[in-house]
Amino acid sequence: MRTVYVDNNATTAVAPEVLDAMVPFLKEHYGNPSSMHLFAVEPQEAVARAREQVAHLLGADPSEIVFTSCGSESDNAAIRSALETQPFKRHIVTTKVEHAAVLGLCKQLQLNGCQVTFLSVDGEGRLDLKELEEAITDQTAIVSIMYANNETGIVNPIEEIGRIVKSKGVLFHSDAVQAVGKLPIDLAESTIDVLSMSGHKLHAPKGIGALYIRRGTRWSPFLVGGHQEHGRRGGTENVPYIVALGRACELAEQHLGADAPRERKMRDRLEKELLTRIPDSRVNGGWAERLPNTLSICFEFVEGEAILLLLSQSGIAASSGSACTSGSLEPSHVLRAMGVPFTYAHGSVRFSFSRYNQDDDVDYITDTLVPIIKRLREISPFKRQVNTSAARAK
Amino acid sequence: MWDYSEKVMDHFLHPRNVGEVENPDGVGEVGSLACGDALKLAFKLDEQGRIKVVKFQTFGCASAIASSSALTELVNGKTLEEALKITNREIAAYLGGLPEEKMHCSVMGREALEAAIANYRGQGQGKKPLEGKIICKCFGVTDKEIERAVKENNLLTLDQVTHYTKAGGGCGGCKPLIQEILDQLVQARVAERPAPHPPKGRLTNIQKIQMIQETLAREVRPALQRDGGDVELIDVVSDRVQVALRGTCSNCPASSVTVHDYIQAKLREFVADDIVVEEVEE
Repeated sequence: MRTVYVDNNATTAVAPEVLDAMVPFLKEHYGNPSSMHLFAVEPQEAVARAREQVAHLLGADPSEIVFTSCGSESDNAAIRSALETQPFKRHIVTTKVEHAAVLGLCKQLQLNGCQVTFLSVDGEGRLDLKELEEAITDQTAIVSIMYANNETGIVNPIEEIGRIVKSKGVLFHSDAVQAVGKLPIDLAESTIDVLSMSGHKLHAPKGIGALYIRRGTRWSPFLVGGHQEHGRRGGTENVPYIVALGRACELAEQHLGADAPRERKMRDRLEKELLTRIPDSRVNGGWAERLPNTLSICFEFVEGEAILLLLSQSGIAASSGSACTSGSLEPSHVLRAMGVPFTYAHGSVRFSFSRYNQDDDVDYITDTLVPIIKRLREISPFKRQVNTSAARAK
Repeated sequence: MWDYSEKVMDHFLHPRNVGEVENPDGVGEVGSLACGDALKLAFKLDEQGRIKVVKFQTFGCASAIASSSALTELVNGKTLEEALKITNREIAAYLGGLPEEKMHCSVMGREALEAAIANYRGQGQGKKPLEGKIICKCFGVTDKEIERAVKENNLLTLDQVTHYTKAGGGCGGCKPLIQEILDQLVQARVAERPAPHPPKGRLTNIQKIQMIQETLAREVRPALQRDGGDVELIDVVSDRVQVALRGTCSNCPASSVTVHDYIQAKLREFVADDIVVEEVEE
């Protein structure tokens, strides 16, 4: 059966070059970089090289990069450090559409007595910068706002946001897990103080992430232990995975110029085909600036989980913000924050491309999905409404 | 990914009896687009009053479609009296089980059937009759519906009520009300039990462990779970019952009070009056 993987915002395939780069560090170069003998030499040099590769992609200095285990750890470390190093500030500003790694932590911190402001977004997923400016007080320890949204791909005007945050003298963190490798980022010229990234979203394996911590930022480690990472993150370096992340960043830098326009072309064509061929469909954040690889689209009168399972029967891997896929009863918090009507939000599907997708994947997805939506609408009791609204459109 | 049984996938991929019935004798509709699932069920009777044709239309996830399909298979050929006896548990069992979070799909099936039969008997317009007062405003669930799901499925916790009825799954504002209903019903269930005093005579160790487990499940765990905690039975050594506290209980400063004044008191009341409860670390 033909398979088409278009769930790259969930995770990506490990690039063959990345696998080749890491394998020697699972085999012969297994030494601990902290050791005082010859087995430490290769791993130590490899970690330093990877740090340079990550830094180069981000426009940072290698000394500003700290390796972590994943994006969630990076987010947790950034926010907790801000609270630890500013014990008299107990206010956090973030948004309603953050990833669970930030939202979940902020909700837990609320229970422990922190004040949290969750900024709202408009129908196109955009923040109100005036609301942001008014939310920041002299109690604010950190502002944490994602670079790009994982569900809709909507990109925040991060430097505009950062200028407001910095004008108030507050620490600025951005969860850039979905942006790194998909958008050009230059932290040397940025207002961002701390940035989170994850390896498995850019063709490194799962289990490796990184933090950018601007030089001069006060830091308190989340994982306390040895002197590794200059005391900013304890624990023996995960050498093979660090090497993998470095190589993946190097590849991302080489590919970015060609990949982004290619993925955008596929995404835009898929969007156009689906909107044309499936009545009662709408794109989430279609008017906002979006990641080039992401399409979030809703089909009215059908339910997302049913769509995904039928797509999967035809070898297509996508995801959904529908309630049923997550086991909760309400659809995605991102779509709800954007005010997407429930009748659409239950039928949302996200397609996210990578450099490994081919142009004819778009045709295969379209040709498979059109009859699936038709079939689910056939068995839906709201069928008549579809017919009438289709008639209205004519 | 949900762990759906083969039967659920089969009924989702190849649903039986999809469509509409011409000149139906009864039609029932439950759910709405906003709720995320909806089911319309219609049937026609033969001369003997048995269901001759039954069809459904469903908007919803795989388990909602499979539950509807299963329902039509279950009621086909039955009299209305027989059909009314079908519970949501039978629908789930027919499908080889449903994930607990999806049990509300089977409840929806039962409700649609009842609405359709009520419609045939001239009661109502085929919509689910509104019995009792609305508790969950997000999903329009009444106290009667919650009560019924709790009784028919022996539910113990708030989460279970949400899984079976959707109540409390939206804004969550009604959770204290649901908890109140649940508390009353669980209390009533306890009151109905014949032996509030420990039975006379010596218990075998297995009898004792069974009774301890039952008492914990019925009397203790729902109350702890309400506060985000829990308790697990680790071992029983003659009259000493060793337990481990979980969740918020595990680091609660009042845990020794919980163990002695609450868990021990309950076990002495319902199992044996010489029980000593000890908290152990695993």
